[in-house]
Amino acid sequence: MNYDVSLIFQIAGVGIVVAMIHTVLKQMGKEEIANWVTLIAFVVVLYMVATVVDDLFQKIRSVFLFQS
Amino acid sequence: MEIIQIVGLGMIATFLALVVKEHKPIFAFLLTVFTGVIIFLFLIDKIAIMIEMIEELAINANVNLIYVQTIFKIIGIAYIAEFGAQIARDAGQGAIATKIELAGKVLIMIMAIPIISVIIETILTLIPAAMGDLS
Repeated sequence: MNYDVSLIFQIAGVGIVVAMIHTVLKQMGKEEIANWVTLIAFVVVLYMVATVVDDLFQKIRSVFLFQS
Repeated sequence: MEIIQIVGLGMIATFLALVVKEHKPIFAFLLTVFTGVIIFLFLIDKIAIMIEMIEELAINANVNLIYVQTIFKIIGIAYIAEFGAQIARDAGQGAIATKIELAGKVLIMIMAIPIISVIIETILTLIPAAMGDLS
């Protein structure tokens, strides 16, 4: 398994940390900043996932002769 | 024992998704997608070996390679469509999942048109009366 499995832990960690930050910022009354933090973290994780999905699609294309 | 790796990966991802889902469901969903992609990437190497073997068999049996390649393309479409539909259904979008499956079915049908037309032509040559009617 030569793919980076630790990215799973990274995604879960980002989720938990963002939840914590969201809670703290909400307690401080900075609701708007909390929402922005969530959105940016989501975009970062989405980029990571999209890279892997792209890798998968390229691989399927090469395996199932879609290139020809 | 690669199955142990896969099962362990799936279980860990399930637990992590359960923990994250309580606070941020979006990240749990992305985690699920990522795990699915990783497992699929792991399996696709094995699928490639299998497809190579089938292609070799087809070459040895003097089957026209275009038909075999069409079948592989159909299998690929089925895999991708199923993958996307399951992810969409996981996210609660059953309508989009059904549409993806519909698109997969239609595209498979389009890919199969050359094979079907060849079959129909073969059958027509077997029936002399039908050929007479056509010509």
